[in-house]
Amino acid sequence: MLRLSHVSKTFSPGTANEKKAMDDFSLEVEDGEFVSIIGANGAGKSTLFNAIAGSFITDEGAIELDGEDITLMPEYRRSKFIGRLFQDPLRGSAPDMSIEENLALAAGRGGWLGRITRADRAFFREKLAQLDMGLEDRMEQSVGLLSGGQRQALTLMMATINPPRLLLLDEHTAALDPGTAEKVLRLTGEIVAGRRLTCLMITHNMRSALQLGSRTIMMDRGRIILDVKGEERRGLTVESLTEKFRTASGRALDNDRMLLN
Amino acid sequence: MSLSSAMSLIQTALELGLISALTVLALFLSYSMLNVCDLSTDGCFTLGAAVGAVVALAGHPLLSIPAAMAAGMTSGFVTALLQTKMGVNSLLSGIAVNTALYSVNIAVMGQSSLLNLNKTETVFTLLRDKLSGTVLHGQYRLVAAVLAVGAVWLFLVLFLRTRLGLAIRATGNNPDMVRSSSINPALTTTVGLCISNSFTALSGCLLAQSQKSVNIDIGSGMVTVALASLLIGGVFTARGKIPLRAAGAVLGAVIFRLVYTLALRLDMPAFMLKLVSSVIVVAAISAPYLRARAPLYKRRRELKKRKGEEKC
Repeated sequence: MLRLSHVSKTFSPGTANEKKAMDDFSLEVEDGEFVSIIGANGAGKSTLFNAIAGSFITDEGAIELDGEDITLMPEYRRSKFIGRLFQDPLRGSAPDMSIEENLALAAGRGGWLGRITRADRAFFREKLAQLDMGLEDRMEQSVGLLSGGQRQALTLMMATINPPRLLLLDEHTAALDPGTAEKVLRLTGEIVAGRRLTCLMITHNMRSALQLGSRTIMMDRGRIILDVKGEERRGLTVESLTEKFRTASGRALDNDRMLLN
Repeated sequence: MSLSSAMSLIQTALELGLISALTVLALFLSYSMLNVCDLSTDGCFTLGAAVGAVVALAGHPLLSIPAAMAAGMTSGFVTALLQTKMGVNSLLSGIAVNTALYSVNIAVMGQSSLLNLNKTETVFTLLRDKLSGTVLHGQYRLVAAVLAVGAVWLFLVLFLRTRLGLAIRATGNNPDMVRSSSINPALTTTVGLCISNSFTALSGCLLAQSQKSVNIDIGSGMVTVALASLLIGGVFTARGKIPLRAAGAVLGAVIFRLVYTLALRLDMPAFMLKLVSSVIVVAAISAPYLRARAPLYKRRRELKKRKGEEKC
């Protein structure tokens, strides 16, 4: 279970650029829950992920994952059990290294001096075949030769090759063309469901926010303004969600990037 | 020039090229893999030469090798510590360590700036005695250099395949990825610089023992010479896999030395070496950049010309 209790973070305190990104923010996510997060630009969605992943240390409050306090843990240590994907497909893998070398780094088997074994290769092959992109036959090629969609799918595989305790998806399909985005989203749904992963997904696509996952959160100005799951969520449409945003935030959802269909 | 003197010139160039190839392999690890330009290379090279010479003078020629490498490793550790834990910019930490090493090296050499190894037992004289009577007895210096380069090359090739090696490559290749992965960049940078500096020191140690003397300037300009060699080697092997690219680094060092020897024969004064190596480094790095910019410059020139015509 992920629990954020009364987390606050102010950027550039004491300057003209002071920005209260998170103010007394609390959230609980149950094991196996798949939460989609929507909200306008600057609502604090990525800030939330940065706080959970440890990209910065929060000013106040506590962050717990599966009962362990990770509030002050450095980012690279959290990364052992928190998987993360970004919008930029180039960000999650090393271009000059081969597919299998990238996977080996993510899998982290055999200790620091371990090498890629035949068993590892067979395991990677089987994993890559699940992506259905033909990558299993290109394992020795540089990752730099892959397309954006292939690279993001590979990153998804790297992030989940050892089932993480928490998976953070930060608009991971926003930079892909619609067809590829659809495919990567479907893979995401399959992998998360297959492994029963706990997952938070930021998206600008209201439809996939409602389609994927078991719970939807709407954020505005660093707060949660809407939190639906179960029966109530099943009855929601994109229109009713937009309407709910207006009521909750007291203004219209004026965001070019928000995809309504 | 007679054939035998040409052969001996080539042999000397090969020896020196291979010994400096150790520094080039060190930069292959730190510059090409880890993407850190380690400016402490000059000082570390001299450190290895000084420590190796002092230990050999004390009567332990074999011990001089691990001693020099350990000294280099320590220097690399300090450089890494400054940039990973103390917030010093990576270029500046290299320069700071390089400057500090000047004092350290004078101290190591017993407050002298010159040590003479003429009558001292070194790894080279040991090998010469071992090889006397065999067909290789005249080539003992070359044999020693080949053995050292072979060992370092093999180590690097095997090491870069391990998970730690992959993590070091990823640190240099995609810092963004590493920042949000379970790799600790402080660890990979530290391990990488420790290993690369131990090779640089080994290189210095062997050069001092092969030329039977150390002076405080033995390493000056080494980083540029080694970078030039690395970039020359990269011309042939840039697209290859790690073993080939590492071999390219060695090849680059040898080519650099052969061309330098040839230039000396054509009456280029020896003091020009550093200028030439600087020019090679700048040319190799800026050529791709300028090539990419060339179409823009061309269009600007054409635009200017057209405007000039309109005014007339």
